[in-house]
Amino acid sequence: MTEVQQAVVARFDLRLERRRRLGQILAVILFLATVFGLLVLTALLVEVIREGTPWLDWQFLTSYPSRKPEAAGIKSAIVGSFWLMVLTAMFAVPVGVGAAIYLEEYAPRGWFLRLIQLNIANLAGIPSVIYGILGLGLFVRFFALGRSLLAGALTMSLLVLPIIVISTQEALRAVPQGIRESAYALGATRWQVVSSHLLPIAAPGILTGIILALSRAVGETAPLVMIGALTFVAFLPANLLDPFTVLPIQIFNWTARPQEDFRALAAAAIIVLMVFLFLMNLSAILLRNYYERHRPH
Amino acid sequence: MLKDGANNQHSAMGQRTLLPATLLLFGMLAGCGQGPQSGQLTGSVQIDGSSTVYPLTEAVAEEFMKQYPGVRVTVGISGTGGGFSRFFRKETDINDASRPIRPVEDSLARQNGIEYIELPVAYDGIAVVVNPGNDWVECMTVEELRRIWEPNSTITRWNQVRASFPDRPLNLYGAGTDSGTYDYFTAAIVGEEHASRSDFTASEDDNVLVQGVSGDPNALGFIPLAYYEENMDKLKAVAIDDGNPDNGEGCILPSTETVGNGTYQPLSRPVFIYVNAERADDPAVEAFVEFYLQHAGALALEVGYVPLSAEAYELALERFRNRVTGSIFGGGGSQVGIKLEDLLQLEQQQEAAETAE
Repeated sequence: MTEVQQAVVARFDLRLERRRRLGQILAVILFLATVFGLLVLTALLVEVIREGTPWLDWQFLTSYPSRKPEAAGIKSAIVGSFWLMVLTAMFAVPVGVGAAIYLEEYAPRGWFLRLIQLNIANLAGIPSVIYGILGLGLFVRFFALGRSLLAGALTMSLLVLPIIVISTQEALRAVPQGIRESAYALGATRWQVVSSHLLPIAAPGILTGIILALSRAVGETAPLVMIGALTFVAFLPANLLDPFTVLPIQIFNWTARPQEDFRALAAAAIIVLMVFLFLMNLSAILLRNYYERHRPH
Repeated sequence: MLKDGANNQHSAMGQRTLLPATLLLFGMLAGCGQGPQSGQLTGSVQIDGSSTVYPLTEAVAEEFMKQYPGVRVTVGISGTGGGFSRFFRKETDINDASRPIRPVEDSLARQNGIEYIELPVAYDGIAVVVNPGNDWVECMTVEELRRIWEPNSTITRWNQVRASFPDRPLNLYGAGTDSGTYDYFTAAIVGEEHASRSDFTASEDDNVLVQGVSGDPNALGFIPLAYYEENMDKLKAVAIDDGNPDNGEGCILPSTETVGNGTYQPLSRPVFIYVNAERADDPAVEAFVEFYLQHAGALALEVGYVPLSAEAYELALERFRNRVTGSIFGGGGSQVGIKLEDLLQLEQQQEAAETAE
């Protein structure tokens, strides 16, 4: 070995030590970052569960809101949230998935498509309260739907539409190009390719996107406050044009009350909302796993 | 809810006015061949407005729907001003208001062809609070508060308020500028509605203010009375001296009693509901408003507000039954140190005089 080579090796060894140390330090930092997030989340969860659990019983789930904390419940809020979710899914899923299929599989590539694409990405990042203002002007006032379940669901549909479009597009894009080409080669029409190959293969991804989008709709408050979903509703909506309330609004209302007990009620309602969201996310995972196992080959 | 003879008389009158309406409804229901319980009132009452009045209206709505299960009452929280703009679009039947209607709003109502009936429903007090660790202040004058809160105030330390106070920073907390509480506090203390210094911690959520003041030994803040009464262990109220011996001598602490008897001045205010006069003839709305005025006294105490005197509720009920429209305050916004009974009575006399002519 020449002197130079020896020097290089010696230096390299030195730096190796240092690099290992640096690597370890970085690992510790990343670990702390993870733990920090988890700690904050755990603290929140523990606090909410500690405060809310004593109030969480069957009576709480099946009573209407009341001025007396011990008699108050979230029946109208649960039912309102449920219908809002179902209706939002009915409006947003066909339109969102349809738009994504068109954009991915039909639309000619070019500046116009890029423009639309850019706008959808932007829409996904717009603060939700803006959708509330749009919903207030368009659905509540212009179409005169009032502060109804229908107006709320349509507003929420607009809010989650970009999320559904983007996640469906991602799922379609992940389907190997070869599958499209093989199907076309066998003489399949474009719709046959989409309906019997692309959609089944992309289904797990599409479903995950839809469920995450609906979880967002269930957890949102701001747009509904804008369109004026009500705070005191002691009956269940009987049709689409009836007034309604939802869990986040009930929680928001209770946290602002002077009495300590109402804040505990809010915590109990938060637990219900979290269980609701957890079940939705769980079903997203289960559906994805199911479709991945039963994927058409 | 009948308490005395006068009350009896008036509810007899109420039955007389309600009877045709009830009969009409009964006829309608019978005609349709539906309605499981005959004579059962159906319909809807839509209410929105102030978050301050909300707990009281919610309590009334809850009790009302127990008695009239066929009527669907909904209550929203859009703030007094936000509620009025919906009220003027005829989207609501009743607006909760923590201050009297303003001239701008009154002319908007005219433009939209809306007549309203203004009804006081309870008193609310605003408590001036400090940290419980604050051992130097027991009482403040309105003048001292004004010097602290007026626009461009230069007071930033406690000893600038009064020389005997310690040389400590003064940290201010108050209701957000969109709230009726802020409007009334500025009208009562600064002398001009909606004018104050801007360098204070403002929050629309009064619980945030409670937490702020209870964690800051140098704090001074103002919050609605209900929030002070729920947090007496975390806060200390400052007695107020308005320098006017006519409504109680010297320093007066806020309480249900002092707000109700008019001695806690100038930080007591009436809160209102505004009823769309056209909709007041709807049997459901009419029944609701009557129920409100008959039960607000008892329910107000339950939710942390101060009831009006029995006389004031009587006068308000009469005002509603006679469908007296317009504002007793002439649309002047927040007014300080008024006695509702006087105002209502004055108006009644004026009207009697007018009809006599």
